[in-house]
Amino acid sequence: MSHCHPATVEESSETALVGLVGNPNAGKTTVFNSLTGSFQKVGNYPGVTVEKVTGAADIGGHKVALIDVPGLYSLEAASEDERVALDVIEGRVRDMRSPDLLVYVMDASNLERNLYLFTHLAEARYPLVVALTMTDMLESEGARVDTRRMSDMLGVDVVPIVGHRGRGVRQLREAIDRNLKSPKRAERDFGFPVALEKRVEELCEQLALAGLDYPTSEVRQALLGGRSDVIRRVEEMPRLREAFEAAKADLETEGPLRPGLEAGTRYDWAAMVQKAVVRRTRPPKRLSPTDRLDWILTHRVFGLAVFLAIMYLVFQSIYTFALPVMDAVQWTFGRLSDLVSPALAGSPVIQSAVVDGLIAGLSAMMIFLPQILILFFFITLLEGTGYLARAAFLMDRLLGWCGLNGRAFIPLLSSFACAIPGVMAARVIPDPKSRLATILIAPLMSCSARLPIYLLLIGAFVEPQFGAAWAGFALFAMHLLGLLVAIPIVFVLNRGLIRGKSLPFVLELPPFQWPKWRDVWRTMFLRGKVFVKIAGTIIVAMSILIWALLYFPRPAGETAIYESQYATLPAEAREKVTQENFVQRRQIENSYLGRFGKTIEPVFRPAGFDWRLSTAILAAFPAREVVVPSLGIIFSLGGDVDQHSGDLRQALSEATWPDGRPLVTPWTAVGLMVFFALCCQCMGTLATVRRETNSWKWPLFMFAYMTALAYLAAVGINQLGRLVG
Amino acid sequence: MDNHRTDGLKFSGLRQGMRARVVSVCAHCPDVRRLVEMGLTEGTEFRVVKVAPLGDPVEIEVRGYRLCLRKGEVAGIEIEQVEAAR
Repeated sequence: MSHCHPATVEESSETALVGLVGNPNAGKTTVFNSLTGSFQKVGNYPGVTVEKVTGAADIGGHKVALIDVPGLYSLEAASEDERVALDVIEGRVRDMRSPDLLVYVMDASNLERNLYLFTHLAEARYPLVVALTMTDMLESEGARVDTRRMSDMLGVDVVPIVGHRGRGVRQLREAIDRNLKSPKRAERDFGFPVALEKRVEELCEQLALAGLDYPTSEVRQALLGGRSDVIRRVEEMPRLREAFEAAKADLETEGPLRPGLEAGTRYDWAAMVQKAVVRRTRPPKRLSPTDRLDWILTHRVFGLAVFLAIMYLVFQSIYTFALPVMDAVQWTFGRLSDLVSPALAGSPVIQSAVVDGLIAGLSAMMIFLPQILILFFFITLLEGTGYLARAAFLMDRLLGWCGLNGRAFIPLLSSFACAIPGVMAARVIPDPKSRLATILIAPLMSCSARLPIYLLLIGAFVEPQFGAAWAGFALFAMHLLGLLVAIPIVFVLNRGLIRGKSLPFVLELPPFQWPKWRDVWRTMFLRGKVFVKIAGTIIVAMSILIWALLYFPRPAGETAIYESQYATLPAEAREKVTQENFVQRRQIENSYLGRFGKTIEPVFRPAGFDWRLSTAILAAFPAREVVVPSLGIIFSLGGDVDQHSGDLRQALSEATWPDGRPLVTPWTAVGLMVFFALCCQCMGTLATVRRETNSWKWPLFMFAYMTALAYLAAVGINQLGRLVG
Repeated sequence: MDNHRTDGLKFSGLRQGMRARVVSVCAHCPDVRRLVEMGLTEGTEFRVVKVAPLGDPVEIEVRGYRLCLRKGEVAGIEIEQVEAAR
């Protein structure tokens, strides 16, 4: 394999461009992977959330650019994916011309429906080669496809391919090479009535003369009385309207025009081809392996039990099993800091910038990678075997009523461990509206980074006063809260904020398949790369920014001043606080962030938070996990306290306002926990949402609504507490 | 379409194992086109494989593959029961 640069779709004016199209679930990714190997690039199409996957393949000794066109069911462009797919096919995407050849990936086990799209592609006269997948599965069920016959009937090359075993890959390359040189003419007669076709052709010519370029299928649809854009345009042009009316009247003499004829004729042709080319080698079994598995997996008792077991495993692996790897990541970066730190001792600013800014940021980014990789391992596995569709089937009712989708279960559940892989996992939802709604509520699920602050506050304020049972309940309630709040939010989002119509829910249950490990590894690798490249960059940049806000301004000699202040403290005060902790606290107090915390104290006062709590909240905006160490520093205990620190619990419960009232009452503690439960304090999530929605609009919206919600809830709880006493 | 008689069967009335046929498809309903593209054209027969444990969606076998639909989202499609031939 040559290790040169993969040709990108943009750069290559003389390189041939081949588009891979097909129905969702047809096995496009496997074909793409087997043609391109590791030469792949992932980006976004301009202005939309649809991902653009391109690669390069060696075809007949030449480099050919390959584009994995989003899956589509028809050329009607009903969904966002389909709209983009059509734009790619027709060369309407910026900086991209239309493909020189389309490889139509067709599922042999679902021929009829796959042939339906073929009729559209062929009618639109795209140069085509058919890659026939799943022939191995068909064979195991006792049937095979006569590809020569099929090739004759379709008019194009039909290449059976079992991508993950490498079977047929060479033949497909050869077919692509042949057809790039001289494409074949696909069958275009699907059995529409001759009189109709004559009229369609005439009208197309007339439309073209008027400068309206419509595909024949669209004109036929209009003529038959179906929904079509053509009608609206023709209404404005009297002469064309007359021609249409005349054509209709003429056709109606032969019988009433039925809009259903358009799709019906195509499907009749598809059924005819399917019948002619699929040969049974043995009679079908009464129950296929898929039927047997489905009997269990979608069973009302066993199905739900298996579902819960699988989800438990997925959740545990990102919540618990990822921990050692995450610790290892943290340890590695800690060692890196120790190594780098002495070398930079000459300049404290640079030393702090590198260690507390850059390395801390890199660590904060890499810490998410284990969870992302593990989650996408499971998702690709579940999706590829066909289980994910079953899970969606089971869960659709539970989530569908409020505008979500059965598949939202995985991203939402994952978000209880961490919203970053959760948001990324929302790509399992095909409907863009439902996917966006899921992304926007995912960070409300209580992630593991919120646990320390819950444990700290429950340990300090709930358990001592109300006992262990209430402490346990409080922890449970905090986890339930986000879910409960999310439901009305989804309702509101779907009723107005998210534009666009949702499509009727169609969910295919594909036959079960063995996992294709190469696809699994590749997807994991790709997701990790995408995260590091886009979200990671933002996380590191934000980390450096927050470091600066906490470090500056640091006038020369500041430390010396604090040290002398410490020396003048009364002896009993000095006994409680070490000099280092005292200096640290004064430094954070005097930093831009600390000053800001003091300035906005009045804003947080209705919630019962003073400048110390406010500063801790502000410092936690980039990543909420820093709140406990921040509190440690602010309460002069140093940054290495954790949620079990008795000193910190004591400091919090003994803290007072200047007038001597206790700072944190049980009400304030609950308010503070609710604040952390609802607030969007995670730049990693925001960066990931930015990547996944391809716009800054939604992360900003998410930040605003969650922060507002958190603030209002905290204020409400504190005020209620004051009323009740 | 006038010569069709329907027995008023609705998607919500579908039970596991039933066979049904698409009688007519509303030509102007916005959501129906996708269902037609999925193969539910006039005259198409399908078999109800399963109703989800929570009552919705319904899994049908149509044109040799399995498709799940929400009962409430197929209003534009009129169906009738097919008397079991086997």
